[in-house]
Amino acid sequence: MSLLQAFFAIIRRDLILALRRRSEIVNPLLFFILVITLFPLGIGAQPLLLKAIAPGIIWVSALLAALLSLDSLFRSDFDDGSLEQMLLSVHPASVLVLGKIIAHWLVTGLPLLIIAPLLAVFLGLPNHAVGILLLTLLLGTPVLSLIGAIGVALTVGLRRGGMILSLLVLPLYVPVLIFAGNAVEMAGAGLPVHAQISILIAILLIALVLAPWPTAAALKMSIN
Amino acid sequence: MFLIPDSVVRFFHRLASPPHFYAFTEQLMPWLAAAFLLVTLAGLYGGLYLAPPDYQQGDSYRIIYIHVPSAWMSLFIYVIMAIAGAIGLIWRIKLAEIVAISSAPVGAGFTFIALVTGSLWGKPMWGTWWVWDARLTSELILLFLYLGVIGLYGAIEDKRVASKAVAILALVGVVNIPIIHYSVEWWNTLHQGPTVTKMDKPSIHVTMLVPLLLMALSFKLYYLIAMLQRARTELLRRERNSQWVRTMVVENEQ
Repeated sequence: MSLLQAFFAIIRRDLILALRRRSEIVNPLLFFILVITLFPLGIGAQPLLLKAIAPGIIWVSALLAALLSLDSLFRSDFDDGSLEQMLLSVHPASVLVLGKIIAHWLVTGLPLLIIAPLLAVFLGLPNHAVGILLLTLLLGTPVLSLIGAIGVALTVGLRRGGMILSLLVLPLYVPVLIFAGNAVEMAGAGLPVHAQISILIAILLIALVLAPWPTAAALKMSIN
Repeated sequence: MFLIPDSVVRFFHRLASPPHFYAFTEQLMPWLAAAFLLVTLAGLYGGLYLAPPDYQQGDSYRIIYIHVPSAWMSLFIYVIMAIAGAIGLIWRIKLAEIVAISSAPVGAGFTFIALVTGSLWGKPMWGTWWVWDARLTSELILLFLYLGVIGLYGAIEDKRVASKAVAILALVGVVNIPIIHYSVEWWNTLHQGPTVTKMDKPSIHVTMLVPLLLMALSFKLYYLIAMLQRARTELLRRERNSQWVRTMVVENEQ
């Protein structure tokens, strides 16, 4: 099996597994919607205030939803030993890991994009900012999966890795949150957002190139 | 390697062996302690008595002699930790792993001190304990990165594995620190938030600069002492079943 075939086989396998266990797709999505529903309840239904903080709320909630979904990335494969087999194969572990991350993003990151316009309406985000919101989610959520994968790989061998995972991963999410939230806010005010989008693309490309290596190294360490 | 004299290479090879490291640092410690005391007293005397009051801030600027060196140390130690971690990962040198993890609590301490003194300084200068200023914010995130390293090390039972995990995390962090720093800086300028009246930086007078550099040196010495002490205890804990520890303990008891 060539490397490319192995790469796509992993994506296909993970997608099939996810479709058989739909709760993995639905849970982060419901969490995303629920957290956003909590904000108006917590701070009062003041349309102007909600509109002002909508970009931040949506992005922070997306961050938390991504964090919540991370555990499923390597958990079942680690438990049943298929992760070990994957790392033993002739192909470089970083490429196979990238396949797993992409499949995970397709299952947990992409659905956020579909539901986001609805939530933007909930919070009264201006219509012309919704497109930019979707663009930032499209560029930003893969980064969340890529960086998060490093944290999961480091903690997958631990019995209670959940708390430590958020401590490891959330500080590294800061740049994405800043630029994505800012882009949506600027778009809402009718200002140009080329700079923020360019930086998000740059962050995505850097993460895409660099993140699989420490992930693979950390997985090899966790398997021991 | 051929550029470095043989004796230096041999010195480092010997230092990487745990018993030798333990004995060497034991001899080194009094000298480090003496140097630390001397430099600290000189720095404090220069900073608190000799240096003139600032023309705008009066005497309250003197917290700079704690605040700025701690802030420098917070970044310096993180870089040392990442380098030591990388050495441990690549050459599997046990001592490098121990140095990496022993640095983390000291670095977290300095980061915390930088945050607290910054906040104390901010109260009279900016009129509030905390502003979401770019430097304060990135320092806070740095503290979280340190706590992540310490927490991860504590969470993994097997300390050899934990050292590897910490090294990987420190390397990921060191790539991210500049990105986080600049994004936070840019976030702040974009927001045009509460206009923080930062002191414009006049070229600092030499009577203020010398004590500042002395304090920076003193903090480096303190780090060396604290890190080495932690490394020594960690070394004993890990090597508790080895022959050299046993003979040392037996000799001490006699």
